[in-house]
Amino acid sequence: MTSAALNSTPAILPGSGGMRGALSDLFWRRPQLLLLLMLLPPVLWLGIVYIGSLFALLAQSFFSIDEFSGLINRQFTLKTYGDLLQAANLDIILRTVTMAALVTLASAVVAFPIAYYAARYARGRWKALFYLGVMLPLWSSYLVKIYAWKLILAKEGILTWLLAKLHLLWLLDAWLSLPVVGGNSLSVSFTGTFIVFVYVWLPFMILPVQAALERVPGNLVEASSDLGASPGQTFRNVLFPLALPGIVAGSIFTFSLTLGDYIIPQIIGTSRLFIGQAVYSQQGTAGNIPLAAAFTVVPIVIMSFYLWGAKRMGAFDAL
Amino acid sequence: MRSDGSQPAPLGLKIAAACGLLFLHLPILLIFVYAFTTEEKSFVWPPPGLTTQWFAVTWNRPDVWEALSLSVRVAAISTAIALVLGTLCAAAVSRTKFFGREAISLLVILPIALPGIITGIALRSAFSLADIPFSFWTIVLGHATFCVVVVYNNAVARFRRTSGSMIEASMDLGADGFQTFRHVVLPNIATALLAGGMLAFALSFDEVIVTTFTAGQQQTVPIWMLEELIRPRQRPVTNVVAMVVVLVTLLPILFAYYLTRDGDQIAGSGK
Repeated sequence: MTSAALNSTPAILPGSGGMRGALSDLFWRRPQLLLLLMLLPPVLWLGIVYIGSLFALLAQSFFSIDEFSGLINRQFTLKTYGDLLQAANLDIILRTVTMAALVTLASAVVAFPIAYYAARYARGRWKALFYLGVMLPLWSSYLVKIYAWKLILAKEGILTWLLAKLHLLWLLDAWLSLPVVGGNSLSVSFTGTFIVFVYVWLPFMILPVQAALERVPGNLVEASSDLGASPGQTFRNVLFPLALPGIVAGSIFTFSLTLGDYIIPQIIGTSRLFIGQAVYSQQGTAGNIPLAAAFTVVPIVIMSFYLWGAKRMGAFDAL
Repeated sequence: MRSDGSQPAPLGLKIAAACGLLFLHLPILLIFVYAFTTEEKSFVWPPPGLTTQWFAVTWNRPDVWEALSLSVRVAAISTAIALVLGTLCAAAVSRTKFFGREAISLLVILPIALPGIITGIALRSAFSLADIPFSFWTIVLGHATFCVVVVYNNAVARFRRTSGSMIEASMDLGADGFQTFRHVVLPNIATALLAGGMLAFALSFDEVIVTTFTAGQQQTVPIWMLEELIRPRQRPVTNVVAMVVVLVTLLPILFAYYLTRDGDQIAGSGK
């Protein structure tokens, strides 16, 4: 650069002037105004569309449906919540919560080795591979994943074929003849529903557990074995307690997603309903939006308690 | 100090981790085989024969094209809205401390933290209370709401890594607020926004639970698939669509990963 070029530009440019300059100066002098303008659109959108809708939902749950005309009676009542306590509805709630708890436990067991390997042993290229290996199934289409399991679990599908090759068909038949978990084929049994739930939510468990395990220094594990602990003891007394916040964080997802899902049990499962299906059929075919709204309050209440407990265990730091 | 790679992993752990990863990936790969099967009526394995005729059949199905067109338009507009709202929110939250900051990040995350069915039925009951008929825009309204969080997360992470001194330097050198945004802030956050936008697009393209409550009679690709899963009409066509959906969502995710991969260093904090 020549000295002439340097001299032609002053060190500090004059204000650009005009509307734009005035506006720019105004924002500089009053950062609060800029902050307000930046926050207004997203807060308005989420506040009106989302929070507004949640309140509409809550309001609906205090309405009731006229049993003769089928019209919604817009007057405050607790009758709809009373309906929720019928034996059939309590069954649905209990079934869903049990399924959510079992799915959460199984996801934790399957996720732990993957997360532990990725956190402690995978390096460089392998680390990236593990990361993508969890992210790709997490982001690939939810319906396609369910569809893939319909193909696998079908009576004529690959799983039956594989078991026949291994001469293990008697095992499948014995399992399917069990009362609650069995059924005509795996794709119309609770076992099938359970497997698909675990499959679909597994990545949500792996990521927080891995994040928690990344923070465990490797020399803690070595110190434990130096002091004479067996691998089992090290796991129980050192690794597991340190990974627990991660597991609880992951369980928030697996538990909450299972509570609210209505598509998986509809496609792979029995005709006995889960909370999500009850909500869907109440608002759709039955046209009983108040009862549907009251049903959705159940997972909200359960999750509030769950989140409160998780926060006390420090799970949010592992997210 | 971590003793990196000083000892190999126990065999049992290796096997368990490998089995877990196979469990995650084999079912998706299976879809690719079924797209070529000659079997029309059942899900029989192994496929009796292989053919590519179903691609042609799918190509000529107008309902598939309509669903695809609706899905792409919804995803594009929702992504655009989410990009604007998510970036504004991220900029405000990461640059300044103000009263209610925590509440705002909670507000953004809530639509994705609560089960989709709650978002869905909440929107549905709001539409019914306000007498809003179902349309293209009711779908967009729902999708944009839960897409904001994806853009927000990506943008917040990048803003945290962008040193504030760069903005001060730009101002010191005489750029006004708009010039600073255009020439300093935007180039820094561009790849994060692109990644967030792609993830938002993939999320919207794939969403089914909220959409069933806000779509009325219209069919997006996931709703079309759900319909086929419940009442199958032509199974091979569903297989082909499933395979295409896997590929269409795979590319943006890989690209988004590539864009945000090496972002550990803080821009503008170097020597």
